[in-house]
Amino acid sequence: MVVDQMQDDAVDRLFQALADATRRDIVARVLVAEYSVSGLAEQYAMSFAAVQKHVAVLERASLVTKEKRGREQIVRGEVDGVQRARRLLDDYERIWRQRVDRIEDILAEDEDHT
Amino acid sequence: MAVISAEKDTQELNFRLVAEFDADVKRVWRIWEDPRQLERWWGPPTWPATFDSYDFAVGGRAAYYMTGPDGEKAHGWWVITGIDAPTRLTFDDGFADENREPMDELGHTHAVVTLEDLGNRTRMTLVTGFESLEQLNQMVEMGMEEGLKLALGQVDSLLAEEDAAV
Repeated sequence: MVVDQMQDDAVDRLFQALADATRRDIVARVLVAEYSVSGLAEQYAMSFAAVQKHVAVLERASLVTKEKRGREQIVRGEVDGVQRARRLLDDYERIWRQRVDRIEDILAEDEDHT
Repeated sequence: MAVISAEKDTQELNFRLVAEFDADVKRVWRIWEDPRQLERWWGPPTWPATFDSYDFAVGGRAAYYMTGPDGEKAHGWWVITGIDAPTRLTFDDGFADENREPMDELGHTHAVVTLEDLGNRTRMTLVTGFESLEQLNQMVEMGMEEGLKLALGQVDSLLAEEDAAV
């Protein structure tokens, strides 16, 4: 990953960018789907300009990229797709582990009744 | 330990889980066949599932929803594509909107469940295939206690990775 060649100031920018809850939320959203800046602005109770500033901070930290498409600016998460997939599959595994636990509980109830 | 293994193929977006239960195959089959049992384990405790229709036959459909802590509902559907009782069940699983119309643009997952008799014990193997990352994400969000938890979890692991690399 790019991180290997990261300079100290780049690391500072990264951690600063992620220090804000709204920016963390923006990153989480654009990692799984593209959003226009105005689409993102709809998600938060703050002005379009404020959201645009957050996106600019994330862009400088290389966490997102912005691309002009017609009149819209499309924001995309910049973490490698395979890593995204791995994280999501890890989350999906967690869901299934919890389901298996609940299945076990149901099966254990049977034994209690016999 | 009930879960024996969980394998993930990030390229093909495949998930394979193997679990073993202290019950015979017929009993484990019932947790899939009987919607009243299914809804006791399909949704997380804070997002319990309700199957309001369940046609357990090949080609049969199921309509379900999960109810969140704030009363929010997440709807889903199944189409059962294969039944070989009590050892094999295949179905497609997708999302529905508030009118219970399938949201086809999100695609669906293909699930294959096999039950194997280990002599009073049962091995359950589940294989799920996803069509896209977006869909996998939706699936995870729907199955998680809160969407936000997922969002924060992603950032946590992101931070952990960056941290480890620095």
